[in-house]
Amino acid sequence: MRVRVDMTLCQTHAQCVFAAPEVFALDDDDELVYDATPADASWPAVEQAARACPVQAIFLDGD
Amino acid sequence: MRRVAIAGAGLAGLTAAQELRRLGYDGEISMIGAERHRPYRRPPLSKEYLLANDNDNDNDNDNDSDNGVGVALAGIDDLSVTWLLGHPATGLDLVGRRLHRGALPPVPFDALVIATGVRARTLPGAGELRGVVTLRGLDDARALRAALTTRPRVVVAGAGFIGSEVAATLRALDLPVTLVGPGRVPLRRPLGDEVGAIVAGLHRAHGVDLRLGRRVAGVTGTGRVERVHLDDGTALPADLLVVALGAEPETEWLRGCGLRLDRGVVVDRHGLAAPRVAAAGDVARRPSALLGGELVRVEHYGNALEQGAQAARALLGVAAPFDPVPSFWCHLYGHRLQSAGFTGTGYDLRLVTREPDGRFLAEYHRDGRLVGVVTAGFVRRLTTYRQSLTKEYA
Repeated sequence: MRVRVDMTLCQTHAQCVFAAPEVFALDDDDELVYDATPADASWPAVEQAARACPVQAIFLDGD
Repeated sequence: MRRVAIAGAGLAGLTAAQELRRLGYDGEISMIGAERHRPYRRPPLSKEYLLANDNDNDNDNDNDSDNGVGVALAGIDDLSVTWLLGHPATGLDLVGRRLHRGALPPVPFDALVIATGVRARTLPGAGELRGVVTLRGLDDARALRAALTTRPRVVVAGAGFIGSEVAATLRALDLPVTLVGPGRVPLRRPLGDEVGAIVAGLHRAHGVDLRLGRRVAGVTGTGRVERVHLDDGTALPADLLVVALGAEPETEWLRGCGLRLDRGVVVDRHGLAAPRVAAAGDVARRPSALLGGELVRVEHYGNALEQGAQAARALLGVAAPFDPVPSFWCHLYGHRLQSAGFTGTGYDLRLVTREPDGRFLAEYHRDGRLVGVVTAGFVRRLTTYRQSLTKEYA
């Protein structure tokens, strides 16, 4: 399972960081950084993060 | 449990259905929606949706391809549910476990999610005049967008989130906008005076005619609105009045059913209003640990997601108590306000940082304890604050 964020869409609303802080974070410049291959246990939170993204920039590629 | 009914086909209801399926529930799910649309995203309706060209907006159920303006929600096509759209739930028989839908056949259920959301307040006396609109649903947004093509003079009644965002969006279209708000500053109740004053400065800098401490008393015109009258006697010439006076929880249909209704459907820390009856999203009022158990009702996007998922877990008996930390975002003239926790006039506001470029960070305290934060620009700090709020009160 892979996570991909379209960084041309991302506006750092940070809703993904709220939903899945173990996968998404902001760096010192307020840019989004993320784990593209999170552990299976994180998947429900990642799905919630994808739904929460205001600009729908998070894409999940199947298992 | 073989039959789940979900009253309300919005984001909270949809998320409940998705979470039920994710957790392996394979029985029936019926989604009852007042609107003819399947669930869609509301946040763009006061923003980019109004800016988009209006080519293709007559497809009745086709919000998945609504100009690609971004109101579609992913995963709807894969969801195995029975859509009962275009008619609201009109009554709940808690003993007989049935939802009524007017003259239509009732919907029997073993478990229920109440996610009927809120309805926009209207302006008393605005009557039948054309050119008076509210903005809650997709059909409202389509009507508003269509009305903009004649380049109307616009009055916005109400300076909350919707009113402020609509004013900012219409200024981007270079329409003349007067914004009328009852408070000393826009967004006073959710943001407090000092942060509201920053928003007032943004509106003024972008050419909004701001009428504060005023209410709309009525509208006059022949067939359609021509003048908007304020409570100080001012008459504003206008072709369009956007009524953005907040919203009321959609609970009338539940009156007398036996559930506890108190400015929303009251639920416990699991999201349950009664055994196998959950409520989620804008309509639900739940105790917040962050506020010492006070009942709160939250009308934010993330809240609908979190509570929708929680409702599904509660019906399946796998819910742990949880205390969501609310969070909103609001777009104004290229600035983005974002929050975590509880904010507004009910709390002590401390403006921590304010930069000349418009960025700021404000803390909100109650009884000396931090309960919320609002920022424009300091997003990483916001995430840190939210994590500490979540941990402290988990």
